[in-house]
Amino acid sequence: MQYEAVIGIECHVELKTATKMFCGCPNEFGGEPNTKVCPVCLALPGSLPVPNRAAIDHMVRAGLAVEAAIPTFSKFDRKNYFYPDMPKDYQISQFDMPLTQGGVVKYWLEDGTMKSCRLTRIHLEEDTGKSTHAGSGDGRISGSTYSLIDFNRAGVPLMECVSEPEIHSADEAVAYLESLRRTLQQLGVSDVKMEEGSLRCDANVSIRPVGASELGTKTEIKNMNSFRSVHRAIQSEIARQIAVVEAGERIVQETRGWDEINGTTISMRSKEQAHDYRYFPDPDLVPMEITAAYVDALRETIPEAPWKRFLRYTQSYGLNVLQATQLIDTQPLASYFDAVVAASDNAQQATNFVLGDLSRLANESGTPVWLSAVSPEHLAELIVLVDGKTINSKIAKELLVRMWAGEGSPKALVEREGLAQTSDPAAIEAFVVDVLAANEKSVNDYRAGKTNVMGFLVGQVMKASRGKADPALVNDVVKKKLEQ
Amino acid sequence: MIPLPFNHRSTPILSSEKIDIRYVATLARLALTDDEVARFGAQLGDLLEHVDALAKLDVSAVAATAQVVESRNVERDDILAPSLDREVVLAQAPARQGAFFRVPRIIAE
Repeated sequence: MQYEAVIGIECHVELKTATKMFCGCPNEFGGEPNTKVCPVCLALPGSLPVPNRAAIDHMVRAGLAVEAAIPTFSKFDRKNYFYPDMPKDYQISQFDMPLTQGGVVKYWLEDGTMKSCRLTRIHLEEDTGKSTHAGSGDGRISGSTYSLIDFNRAGVPLMECVSEPEIHSADEAVAYLESLRRTLQQLGVSDVKMEEGSLRCDANVSIRPVGASELGTKTEIKNMNSFRSVHRAIQSEIARQIAVVEAGERIVQETRGWDEINGTTISMRSKEQAHDYRYFPDPDLVPMEITAAYVDALRETIPEAPWKRFLRYTQSYGLNVLQATQLIDTQPLASYFDAVVAASDNAQQATNFVLGDLSRLANESGTPVWLSAVSPEHLAELIVLVDGKTINSKIAKELLVRMWAGEGSPKALVEREGLAQTSDPAAIEAFVVDVLAANEKSVNDYRAGKTNVMGFLVGQVMKASRGKADPALVNDVVKKKLEQ
Repeated sequence: MIPLPFNHRSTPILSSEKIDIRYVATLARLALTDDEVARFGAQLGDLLEHVDALAKLDVSAVAATAQVVESRNVERDDILAPSLDREVVLAQAPARQGAFFRVPRIIAE
C-alpha cells in the first residue's frame, strides 16, 4: 500500500528585544548563570509583570508578514503546570485569544515548486529557565539525581507558531522551516538560530493510505537540533510508522525523541496522563486592545515577502532557484541586488556580478557586499558600460577590483584613463600588424598548420592595446591577416 | 465596560457534580489522606454550589470578562532595568550549587 505522511510543525521562536517579556532584565543568549534575573522573572512574592511593547509589536508584525488576522482584542492567560525551570509554577501564555490567528507560510522546494502551509495561530508567551540534569553522568534526565537551574532565559519573550497538518514530507518540512526562518529574520523579530535555541521545533507526524481523508494516529517528535536532524527525524519516523502498520500493529500516540547518533526516534515513555493546564486569564495583566491605526502603521514596515521576491527573481528576472535562494537568504544582499537591477535593467549581469566577483571579493575581505565601497549605482554603471560595449568584460573585472578599493564611479575612471574599448578597425589593424611583425616565428608556425598559436597572438594584441581592444574584432583581424 | 468576545459554554456544567478531589489534589501535587479527601471534597463541593447558583442566573445580557479592572494596554518600553546581584538571588534558594539553583530530581512528565 502507498502511504502519505501528514505533518504539522510547532515552532518556538525567541523574540529579539533588549529586555525580557515582563521585566527589564536583559534578553541575551548565554552569560553567567543567574545574573539576568530580578523579582519578576524569579516570581518573588509581590512582583508584577508588565508586558514589553516591543515584543507585542514583533508579534503583530510577524502575523502581518504571514497574512494572519490580527484581532482587535487579545489577552494573556496562565498555563498551569509544575516544572522547576518555571519559577511561577505557571507560564504566562495565550489560550483562546492569541495576538494572531490563521495565516499562511509559503515556501519553495529545491526544484522551485511553490507550496503553502496554513498556520493555526501564533501566540506570545514567556520562555522557561534552563535545567542541567546532574548526577546521572550523561546529562540526561533519566537516572539523574538532581538538577541545576539557570533562570537567565526565564521570561524571555517567546512566540509559538503552530502549523496546520498540511506538510507531507521531510523535504517540505525543512523548506517550510527555512521559509518561516527567513521571514522572521528579515522582519528582525528574532535571530532564529537553532544552535542558540532561539528557534526550536517539534513535529507531529502521522501516516495514512494515499487518498484517505481521515488522519492517522500521530506521534510528536522532539529533540531536533538542526534542520538536518528535522529532515532525518521525520524520514525515520515515517518509515517506522509504515513498518508498524504493515506489521499489522497500531501506532501509539506518544512523544518520541530524536536520537541523532542512532538515527531513530525513541519513545519518551511519558506517563499517559492527559495534560490539564487549567488555563485562565492572568489577573496580573490587563487585556490588549489593538487598533486599526496601530496595525496599519506596522503594516507599513513589512518588507516584501521572501516568496514574492522568489517569484519575481525566478519568473521576471529568469534567475535559477539556487541563485534566487542565495540572494533571498541574505536579505541585505537581495536589497542591494534589487537596487542594481533597478539602475541597470540587466538582472542577469547583476546576478553574475553580485553572486560572482563581488561575493568573491566580499569573502576575501570579510566586508559584506552591501557595506562595501561598491555602491549599487556604481555597479549598475559598470553593467551599462559592458552592455553598451564601452568596455569589455576583462576591463570590467579590473575596474570592479578598483571600485572595491574605493576608487568610485567606473564611468569616471573609464573617461579619465581612456579605458573605453577600441572598436575602430583601423586602430586594431595597426596593433595586429605590429604584433605579427614582432612574432614572425608564430606566424610561420600558424601558416605551417599549428593553428593553436592564434590564441597567443590575440593575447599579444590585447596586451598591446592595454586590454582595450574589442576581443571579437581582434580575433577576426588576426585570423584575416594570418590567412592572407 | 467594553464587551469581551470571550468563549464560554452556552449551557454550563454544574461544577459540583464534576469535582474529583483526588484529581485536583494530583494537579496541585498534594498527597491527601482518605479523611482529607472526604473533608476537603465536601468543603469544595459547598463552595461550588455557590458557583452553581450563579450559573442559574440569566447573564445573556452581560458580557463575559477576562479582567475586572477596566484599564487596557498597560505596557512598558523595551528599556533595561538593573537585575539582582547573584549572591542576593541565590541566598533565597533552598539549595544552591555554585552559580545555580539546585533542585531535587525531576521526574519526566
